[in-house]
Order: sequence, then structure tokens, then C-alpha cells
Amino acid sequence: MLEFVTRAGYIVVDWVRYLGQLTVLWGQTCALAVTPPYKGTRSLIQSHRIGPGSFVISALVAFFVGMIIALQMAYQMVQLSAEMYIPNIIAVSLTRELAPVLTALIVAGRIGAGIAAEIGSMVVTEQVDALKAFAVNPVKYLVVPRFLGLVLMLPVLAMLSDIIGIWGGYVICVFKLHIGHEMFWKMTFSALKMKDIATGLLKTIFFGMIIAIVGCHQGLTVKGGAEGVGKATTTAVVRSFILIIMTDCLITFIFYFLLNM
Amino acid sequence: MIEIHNLYKAFGSQMVLNNLNLTVRRGETKAVIGRSGVGKSVLLKSIVGLVRPESGSIKINGVEVTSLNDKEYNKLRMEIGMVFQGGALFDSMSVGDNVGFVLDEFMALDRKTVRDRVRDALAMVGLKDVEDMMPSQLSGGMKKRVSLARVLCMEPQIILYDEPTSEVDPITAAAINNLIIELHDKLKVTSIVVTHDMNSAYKVADSIAMFYRGQVIADGKPDEIRNTQHPVVRQFITGQDRGPITEDENLIFGHVK
Repeated sequence: MLEFVTRAGYIVVDWVRYLGQLTVLWGQTCALAVTPPYKGTRSLIQSHRIGPGSFVISALVAFFVGMIIALQMAYQMVQLSAEMYIPNIIAVSLTRELAPVLTALIVAGRIGAGIAAEIGSMVVTEQVDALKAFAVNPVKYLVVPRFLGLVLMLPVLAMLSDIIGIWGGYVICVFKLHIGHEMFWKMTFSALKMKDIATGLLKTIFFGMIIAIVGCHQGLTVKGGAEGVGKATTTAVVRSFILIIMTDCLITFIFYFLLNM
Repeated sequence: MIEIHNLYKAFGSQMVLNNLNLTVRRGETKAVIGRSGVGKSVLLKSIVGLVRPESGSIKINGVEVTSLNDKEYNKLRMEIGMVFQGGALFDSMSVGDNVGFVLDEFMALDRKTVRDRVRDALAMVGLKDVEDMMPSQLSGGMKKRVSLARVLCMEPQIILYDEPTSEVDPITAAAINNLIIELHDKLKVTSIVVTHDMNSAYKVADSIAMFYRGQVIADGKPDEIRNTQHPVVRQFITGQDRGPITEDENLIFGHVK
């Protein structure tokens, strides 16, 4: 029992220390993002890697998730003859929760892992040391463009996922459940409020920060060679997933219960 | 001029530099020799500020650098070029962008001026028409030469070489040695060359310092080192597998056991 408590204590201390390190890196990144000189091209290159590169997969997932929600809801709602409310559920669940979170998880797996691997291999091959030796701040050069790219592109990807997910639901509602085309859109827009879309997109800004900071932190703190890079990549994805879900829970609590918006 | 006094650095419980003293005069090329793990690369990284020593002093042209903050150090770094062991070329950039990196980052030069200076720097290290190649397309020797060209673009007063002739064939090694001598003669730069290659050390250095157990145990002109009777230095420069160094290590291993 004592051993279990001790181990749990160590895990908690490690996580507190880790979150502290992430906060320091986040603070440095925000400060350096507004410190001249500004190299916008680097952020645009990263945005291009993150946005168009992740669009197809996030769109595909959102489309099928929209279809799945419709099918799952139909299973229950048809019994109550309430299938006309399915578009409402699809719209609200996608915009508030599923599209932002699933897009963030996809990007964390695809881009967060890539960031950790890329920066980690730069550390191992002394490229980060070379940057420092050339009087270039690695946080400004490596972290800031990725951070801005993710903060900029994740809301865009989530918004597109919102739209594509609703179209996925449309396919099932109109062609399988025979809800009329006009009825579908009427019910969808009647359920959607600006708050749903705004809070969903606001979340993705925080998720983007998490993916960038966790990926860059894992990369910059790589120890050892190829094995260390592999470990950092896996850790970046796992920790991003955990932090995204925790942050999602926190933001939902703040917006829908604490502020009662 | 680089003056190092009582420099101490440890990583955890492992002591690397143990009150090390070393002086490199302005315009001098100093070769630093010694077994792997004695702190040669740590010394270079301490000079350029990548590693912060626990205690001791490093003065560069009279300026104490161990107490500088990052901003102050960055100014000094513009005068120090470091050629890393593996080249440390930025693998996402072309050779041309690597060499012109510092010019692009810090100087408001037009593209043509940067291109010309990159071409000149590459020509100095004996390379041409490689600007558009990626680092992954280069051989080990070419990478080291591109790395040196990148440093030359900065026009530094001090160049630190970390094993410039390791992992290259003897002909490329000779070419790199000639390049170091040429830079010393033409540009009058102060250099520290960390190497295991005694031929290279004898050829390029004005003086050679040998590190052992985190300290300098011998420092002299190449001929003095070549003819020294110091048993530890002799074992190292002649490459004998038996002698005080290996006996000492066996003793240490025995003690640990």
C-alpha cells in the first residue's frame, strides 16, 4: 500500500514538474512570437504543412463520424418517432465536441508526432546546438512557427470538419431515414447557436497550443539517439491526447457550467 | 585570445573538466588531443556557451564569458564559429541555404549578395555547384567542408573545430588540414582543433595540449609533444594498447568492481 502511494506520489510530482516545464516553454513561445524580428514565412510554411496536409484525413473522419452519429441516433429515435431531431443532435454534437476534439487528436497524431521526431533528430545531430552557436534562439526558430501554424490552422480544420461532418449526417438522414432536404437544414440551423460554433473553435486554439508545445518540448528534451527520438515521438502523442481531453473537459465545464453561457 | 582558468564541469556525478587551465593566443591554432570522454568537446561547447561550467573562468579577448546572459553571449557568438563533429548541417535546407544561414538571419542583404558570398565561401573550401544539393546527398567530407563554409560566411575571429578529420578518408583529411592551415595563414583566425588524429594535430597546430582526467597534462609545440617522454602522452601519441592510460583505467574499473 505504502509502495503504491509512493509511486502515485512520484507520478503526480513528475506531472506537476512536466506541466511546469510546458508552461515555461509556452510563456517563452508567446513572448518570442511578439518579439521582432518577425519571420512570417516560417509560420506560413508550417501552416501549409499542418492545414492542407491534414485536411483529407480530418475531413474523411468527420464525414464518417457524422454518418455514425446519424445511424446511432436513428436506432433509438425511430422507435420514438423522433427522427426529425437527428439533424439537431448531429449539428450540436459535432460543432461543440466531436469535430474539434477528433480533429485535434488527428493532428496530434500526425503533426505532433512529426514535430517531436523532427526536432528530436535535430537535437541528436547537434543541429539545435548549431542554431545556438549561431546566436539563434531555438524556441524562436523552431517552436514559434509551429505554434503559430497550429493555432492558426486547427480552428480552420475544425470548422471544415464541422461542415463536412454535417454533410455526412445529411447523407444518412436524407437517403436512409428519408428526412426531407429542407427539413434537414431547417432542423440543423434551428439547433445551432453561435455559442456552439464559437466555443468549439475556441477549444481548438488551446488544442493547437497543446500539440505544438508538447511536441516541441518532447523534441527539445530528447536524450540518446534514435531510440530517444522514437520514445519522444510516442510520448508526445500520448501526452497530447491526455492534455487535449483534460483541457476539453475543463473548457466545457467553464463555458457551460461555470459561466453558464 | 582565449584564457581558461580552473574550469570545472560535471554531468551528475561524472566529472569531465577538473580545474582545467588553457591559453590560446590570438591567431594561434591549438590542437587539443586526448582519449574519448576526457572533455575536449565539452571544452568547445563551454567556450561557445552551449554548456555552462560549474566554476572557473573563460575569457575571450579579455571578456569573462561565464557570467554573460544569453543576449550578451549571442553578440559574442557572432565572432565564434564552430565546426561540429558531424557537420550539424540543417537537413531541411539546401547547401546554399545552410551556408548563407547567418547572412539570411542577421544581415539585411539582397539575394544576389548572399548568393555571391555563399559561392565564395564554398569556393574557399574547394566546393562548387553544390548550392542546390541537400545535405543528405553529400559525403561525410563534403558535409564537414560545407559546415566550415557556413562558419566562414560569419567571418569569425575564432574557429572551433570538433574532430574535423574524423570519419573521412585520408585524402579528404589532408584537404581539410590544408584548409585549416590556409584559414590560419590568410584570415589570422584563432583556432582550437579537437582531434584524435595525431597527423592532423602535428600538421595544423602551432601548439598541442593533451587532456587527461579533465586536466591539461602537456602543452607544447608539435615537436615537443612528438618527442616528449611523459609516459601518458607517449602512450597516446604512439597509440600503444598498454601503458599508464590503460593501466589506470583497469585500476579504476577494478576499483568499481
